[in-house]
Amino acid sequence: MSKTISEIHEIRAKKQKDLLIRTDPSAVPTKEGGRMHILVCGGTGCTSSNSLKIMEELEILIRTSGMQDDIKIVKTGCFGLCAKGPIVMLYPDHIMYTLVQPEDVNEIFDSHVKNGIPVKRLLAGEQKDGEITNALDSLDFFSRQMRIALRNCGAINPEDIDEYIARDGYLALEKVLTEMEPEDVIDEIKASGLRGRGGGGFPTGVKWNFAAAQQEHEKYVCCNADEGDPGAFMDRSVLEGDPHSVIEAMIIAGYAIGASQGYIYVRAEYPIAVERLDIAIRQAREYGLLGEDILGKGFNFNLELRLGAGAFVCGEETALMTSVEGKRGEPRPRPPFPAVKGLFGKPTILNNVETYANIPVIILGGAQWFSSIGTEKSKGTKVFAIGGKINNTGLVEIPMGTTLREIIFDIGGGIPNGKKFKAAQTGGPSGGCIPASELDTPIDYDSLIALGSMMGSGGLIVMDEDTCMVDLAKFFLEFTVDESCGKCPPCRIGVKRMLEIVTRITEGEGCPEDLELLEILARNIKAGALCGLGQTAPNPVLSTMKYFKDEYLAHVIDKKCPAGVCRSMLKFLIAQDTCKRCGICKKNCPANAISGDKNTPFSIDQDKCIKCGVCMEKCPFKSILKNA
Amino acid sequence: MSSTELNQNATEQYQLLLAAIARHRNDRGALIPILHEAQEIFGYLPLEVQRTISEELNIPLAEIFGVVSFYSQFSIYPKGKYRINVCMGTACYVKGSGDILDKFKERLSIDIGECTEDGRYSLDACRCIGACGLAPVVTVNDEVFGKLNADDVDGIIDRFEKLEDIK
Amino acid sequence: MNKVCVTIDGISLYVPENYTILQAAKEVNINIPTLCFLKDINEIGCCRMCLVEVKGAKSLQAACVYPVSDGMEVLTHTPKVMEARKVNLELILSNHNSRCQTCSRSWMDCELQALANKLSVETVRFEGEKKLLPLDIGPSIVRDPNKCILCRRCVSVCKNVQTVGVIDLVNRGFNTRVAPPFDMSLSDTPCVNCGQCINVCPVNALHEKSDIDRVWEAIYDPGKHVIAQTAPAVRAALGEAFEMPVGTLVTGKMVTALKMLGFDKVFDTDTGADLTIMEEGTELIDRIRSGGKLPLITSCSPGWIKFCEHNYPDMLDNLSTCKSPHQMFGAILKTYYAKKNNIDPADIVVVSVMPCTAKKYEAARPELKTEGMPDVDIVLTTRELSKMIYDIGIEFPELGDSDFDSPFGNASGAGVIFGSTGGVMEAALRTVSDLLTDRSADNIEYEEVRGLEDIKVAAIQIGDLKLRAAVAHGLGNARKLMEAIRAGEQFHFVEIMACPGGCVNGGGQPLQRSDFRNWTDYRVLRTKGLYREDRSSYIRKSHNNPSVKKIYKEFLGAAGGSKAHELLHTHYIPRDNYK
Repeated sequence: MSKTISEIHEIRAKKQKDLLIRTDPSAVPTKEGGRMHILVCGGTGCTSSNSLKIMEELEILIRTSGMQDDIKIVKTGCFGLCAKGPIVMLYPDHIMYTLVQPEDVNEIFDSHVKNGIPVKRLLAGEQKDGEITNALDSLDFFSRQMRIALRNCGAINPEDIDEYIARDGYLALEKVLTEMEPEDVIDEIKASGLRGRGGGGFPTGVKWNFAAAQQEHEKYVCCNADEGDPGAFMDRSVLEGDPHSVIEAMIIAGYAIGASQGYIYVRAEYPIAVERLDIAIRQAREYGLLGEDILGKGFNFNLELRLGAGAFVCGEETALMTSVEGKRGEPRPRPPFPAVKGLFGKPTILNNVETYANIPVIILGGAQWFSSIGTEKSKGTKVFAIGGKINNTGLVEIPMGTTLREIIFDIGGGIPNGKKFKAAQTGGPSGGCIPASELDTPIDYDSLIALGSMMGSGGLIVMDEDTCMVDLAKFFLEFTVDESCGKCPPCRIGVKRMLEIVTRITEGEGCPEDLELLEILARNIKAGALCGLGQTAPNPVLSTMKYFKDEYLAHVIDKKCPAGVCRSMLKFLIAQDTCKRCGICKKNCPANAISGDKNTPFSIDQDKCIKCGVCMEKCPFKSILKNA
Repeated sequence: MSSTELNQNATEQYQLLLAAIARHRNDRGALIPILHEAQEIFGYLPLEVQRTISEELNIPLAEIFGVVSFYSQFSIYPKGKYRINVCMGTACYVKGSGDILDKFKERLSIDIGECTEDGRYSLDACRCIGACGLAPVVTVNDEVFGKLNADDVDGIIDRFEKLEDIK
Repeated sequence: MNKVCVTIDGISLYVPENYTILQAAKEVNINIPTLCFLKDINEIGCCRMCLVEVKGAKSLQAACVYPVSDGMEVLTHTPKVMEARKVNLELILSNHNSRCQTCSRSWMDCELQALANKLSVETVRFEGEKKLLPLDIGPSIVRDPNKCILCRRCVSVCKNVQTVGVIDLVNRGFNTRVAPPFDMSLSDTPCVNCGQCINVCPVNALHEKSDIDRVWEAIYDPGKHVIAQTAPAVRAALGEAFEMPVGTLVTGKMVTALKMLGFDKVFDTDTGADLTIMEEGTELIDRIRSGGKLPLITSCSPGWIKFCEHNYPDMLDNLSTCKSPHQMFGAILKTYYAKKNNIDPADIVVVSVMPCTAKKYEAARPELKTEGMPDVDIVLTTRELSKMIYDIGIEFPELGDSDFDSPFGNASGAGVIFGSTGGVMEAALRTVSDLLTDRSADNIEYEEVRGLEDIKVAAIQIGDLKLRAAVAHGLGNARKLMEAIRAGEQFHFVEIMACPGGCVNGGGQPLQRSDFRNWTDYRVLRTKGLYREDRSSYIRKSHNNPSVKKIYKEFLGAAGGSKAHELLHTHYIPRDNYK
C-alpha cells in the first residue's frame, strides 16, 4: 500500500523508539522493539565465514527458550572490520564480538543473553583487557573513521525499509519533493563539492546539470554498481548494508534531471547485494516511494536492476550503458557525453554507489556542512577497502585529507608479522603505487593524481617488503589484458605487448632497452586509447617504474629479484657455516636437486632446482638462503 | 537418465527458456538478462539455446555469440558439478592465490576454463569476490573457503570426492 | 545548418556544426589518415589512426567521430600525434600477417600498406605473440583471420547495411576476432555471399575464392571451347584496376583483353539480360492477367535469392522463376549455340565475368544445370579478371576496342542498365509497356526508378493499368520492403538487388580505398557510365534485340513457353539459418 507523507512520519517515529536501544543504552525498550538486539553481520565476508549459521543457532536458542519477543536478531550489512569476522554486536550493551564461531553461540547465549555477562574471550581486540566499553568508540578502527556513506552499514537491517526510514531514510526525498525545485537540488549538490567516488572524481552536481539542461523527454539515471577493481568492495558493502540510500538518491537524481527511469547495473558476482537490492526496490515500490506519483507529489520514477556478466570494462560509463543496451560492453568515444547522449541515445547520468550514498545526507545536512569536511578540492569522506599485507583488512571511511599513514597504521593496525611497509596501491588497475616516502601525504583526488596514482573506487592494497614491484605491475597488466574489450589497438595490442615485456623482465630475459620500450608504449597508450580503462592501463607500470626503478634495473641488469618473488631468478643456496648436514632438505626436495651426506657438504644443483622453496621451509636451522 | 528422461528434461528446459524470453521480450536491452536466465536453466549456452534466443528476439546469432563470448560469466561449455573458482583479486593474489590455482590445476589435471572428464569439477580464476578479509579465497559452487594455502587444496577436493563416494 | 568557427593547424574556417574534425580538416585540404572509418558504414573511432590534439582535451581524439564545436582548436600534426599514430600502426602490424609479397591484396590498394608508407613505419619495435588461426574457405568468400586488423567494417556492413549479420566480434581483448558464431564456416551460416564485406575490407582478410587457375587450365586446354561472357557492371569498373578514372567505360578494351587472354569467344551477358526481360516480362503480364502471385520479385541477384530463401521462405512464390541473365545465357550457349556451331556441349567452358561473388555460389547450385551440365562452369569476379590481365602484362589502358563476338554481338541498352539499381525494373518497363499496349513507346527513361534512394516506389501508367513498382537495393532495404509487403503493401513488380547501388557496387568489383570512398560515391560515377552506354545504344529495348528475337524464333519458341521454361527458369529452396 502506498504511504502518504504523514504515514511515513508515523512509521519513522514508531521505529525510532524501537531502535533507540541501539544508540542510547538507557533507553526504555518498546514492546515491539524488544529489550535486546543482536546484530549479526550478513555481509559477504562474514557470511563466507559462517555468520548465517551463527544467526540460525542463536534463533533456535532464543525461540526454544521463548524469548523471541524480547530478543531480536538482526541481519545487518558489513561492519567493515572484515578481518575479524564473523562479527556479532549486542545492544543495548554495545558489545562487539569478533571471530565468532558457531561453537561460541551457546556461550554467548547462556552467559550474555541470559545472564548479562559478556564473553570476554570473544570481545573485539582492544576491549579485552580493560573495561567493557562501546566498541564503536573505543576501537581505533572505528573511532578514527567518519561514517557518512557507511552510516547505516552494520547499524540496520537492510531488508527492513522501516529501519532505514527510522534513520531519517526517505526524509531527503520528502524534502526534495516538497520544498525544492530540481535546480535547487542541483545547486545544493554542486555547492557540496561532491565528486564522483567511482574513479575520475568528476563533480557530481555539474554532471547532473548537463543532463538537466537537455531538452529531451526521455532521460535516464544509472547507478554503477559494477565494482570491478580487484580488492575494492565498498560499493558491495553499501548495497548489502544500506540499499535504500542508493535508491533514495537515484529518485532524487531523477527528480533533479527530469528522468523517470533508472537502472542499477550490479555485478552478478554479488548475489547478496542483488538480493537485498531486489527486496529494497520491492519495499520502496510497496510504500509508493518508487512508481507513479511518489509521496503524492506527482513525480514518477521507476528502477530496474541489471546484472553484469563478468566484464571489468563495464565499469566505464559508456561501456556500462552499451551493456545495459544488451550488447558487448564496449566503450564508445566521447563526445557525445552520456549527459547529452547516453543510454539508448538519451541524456543519462551515471554515478557510482558510494556517490549516491552521500546524496540524501547532503540534502538533509546541507551543502555547507558537507563541504566543511575534507580538503579544498575534495569534499566529504572516502571509503577505502584496505587489504593485502595489513592487520585490519576491511572497510574504512575517512575524511578526505587523511594521510596514508593514519589509514594504514592507526586504523589498519599496521603490517602483520613485523614486516616493513613498502608501498600502497590505490586505484586498482588504473592506479599506481605510493611508496613509503609519501606516507604522510594527505589523500585526496588531486594528491593521488600528483603521485601518479588515482583514487579510483577506493581499493587500497598494502604491500610489504616481500612484494616484487615488477611482479605487481605484471599482475595488473595481466588483469587489464584479460579485461580489455579489444576495441582499440593501443589497449588490445599495446597493453599485451607491455605485459610480454614485463613478463620477460620477471623471467630474467629483459634488457635495458625494454624499459625504454615500456615507456614508449605507456606514453602512447595513455594518449591514444579509446577509453579510460585503456588510457590508465599503463599506470601500474609507470608508477612502479617511477618509485621502484632500482627493482626494474635489478631484474634487467643484475638478473635478480630483490624481493625474491620472480622464480626464474631465484637461487637457493646452502649456508655451509650453519648447515648441520641433517639431510632433511635432501629428503624433501621434489626434484632431487640436493646432494650431500654426513661427510660431503650439501649443495643444490641449480640446473635441477625448480625453485619451489620446500628446502628452505623445511630446514630446521635456517641454513637455506634465497638469492644469496 | 534414460534418453526419454533426457528428452523430457530438455523439453522442460526449453519451456522455461521460452517463458524467460516472454517475460523479458519487451524490456529494452533484454538479451543479457535472458542469457543469464538461460545459463541458469541449462548450465551453459550451447548453440541450440542461442539459436532459440536469436530466433525469438530477432537478433543475429553472430551478435548473440559475440555477446556471450565477451562476458566471462557466460560459457558455451558445460561446467562441472562442482564449480571451483579461485579468486585472483589483488588481495588474494598478494597472499598467494596463484599457488593455490596451480595446485588445483595439478590435482585435477585441467586448465582454467576446463572441466574434468567425469564432469565433476570445473576450474576458473575469478575476479575479486569481495571477501578480501578471508584472502586468499576459493569458492566451490556457493561455498566459500577462506584463508587458504596450497596445502589445503587436496583437503577440499577430498571432501567432495567423499561426498560423491557416499552417493 | 548553423556554422561554427574552428581552427585547424592555425587555419580558421567556418564549417557546418554537424561536421567532424575529419571533415573540417578536409575543407582545408588536410587528409587525416583513417583506417576503420568508412562513411555511413563504420563510424566508431576504434582504430585510433586519425588521432589529433584537441585543445583542452586530456588525451588525443579520433578525428573521424569528434564533432566540431565553436572555437575549437585542433592540431593534426604534433610530435605527440605523430608518435601516437606511428606506435599504434606498429602495434597493428605486430599482430598482422605481414607477408605482403605473397598477399593477393598487395597489388591492389592495401590500406594498411599505404598507411605504413604514409607514416614512414620502417620497423616494428613491439613484436610479440601473433594469432595463428585457420582460413575459412567458402564457396565464394575466403576469410583470413590472420590478416584481419579488427577495423569492424565488414561486421558493420554485414549486420547494419545488409542485415545479414553472420559475422561479428568474438571474444574480447587480444583474443578478439571477427568470425561467424561458434567458429562455423561461412558456408554453414545464412551468409548470402554478397561480398560487401570484401568491398569494405582494408586488407586481405576477406577476398573471393579465386578461380583464376581453373580458367587458365581451360584456356590452355586445346580441346575446350572457352567462352567469356561479361556482365554489364564489369565494363563500368574494370578500368579502375588500371588506375583509369572511376566511371570510365571500357567495354571495347575489355573485349580486346579477353581475346588476348585466349578466350575462344567473348559474348555480352546483356544478351542474357534481354532474354531475362522477355521471360520475366511475360511472367509479369501472365501473373497480372491470370491473377497470379503478386508482386513478382526479380531474381537476377543471387545474393538476394539466398537471402530470400533464408529469411522469407514463405514468399518464395513471389520470386520470378527466371534464372539470372548469365545462367540463362549459359544454358543457351550449351544448347542453341553448341548445336548451331556443332560443338559438343561437354567441350564448352562458360566463364562468366561478374561484378559479383554470389554468382560463384549460384553457378554451383545443382538446380542450375541443363542435361547434367552446369549452365555456367566458372565465375570470375571483375577483380579476378583484372588480375589475369595484369598477370600476363597487358597494358590495359592502351588497348584498342573490339566488339563482342557474333552471333550474339551487342545487346540492348536495357540489358546494360541491369548493372544499376532500378535498371532491371526500367528494362522490364520498357518491354512490358510495349507488349501491353502493343505499340512502341518513345519515352523510355523511367527516372522515378533511378538513383540511390533506399527504396523507390513508383506508380506507372501503362495503358489502363497503373503498375505499382518498388525498387530496393542493399539487403537492409530489401528487408524493409519485404516486411512492408508482408504487412500488406501492394505492388505488381518489385526489383531487389543485394548490393547497395546494385551490381556496380557488387562484391566482386575493383576495390576503392576508404580515403577515396569517404569523399566520393563511386557508385554514382559507375552508374553514369552504364546510362551513357544505354543512351548511345542503337537498340534500347530487350524485345528489339535481333539476336534475342532469333533465339526465340529458331529455338525457344514463345517467351514463357515450355522450351523456355525448361532452359531459362528455375526454382527455389527454403533454407535453414544455421546448420
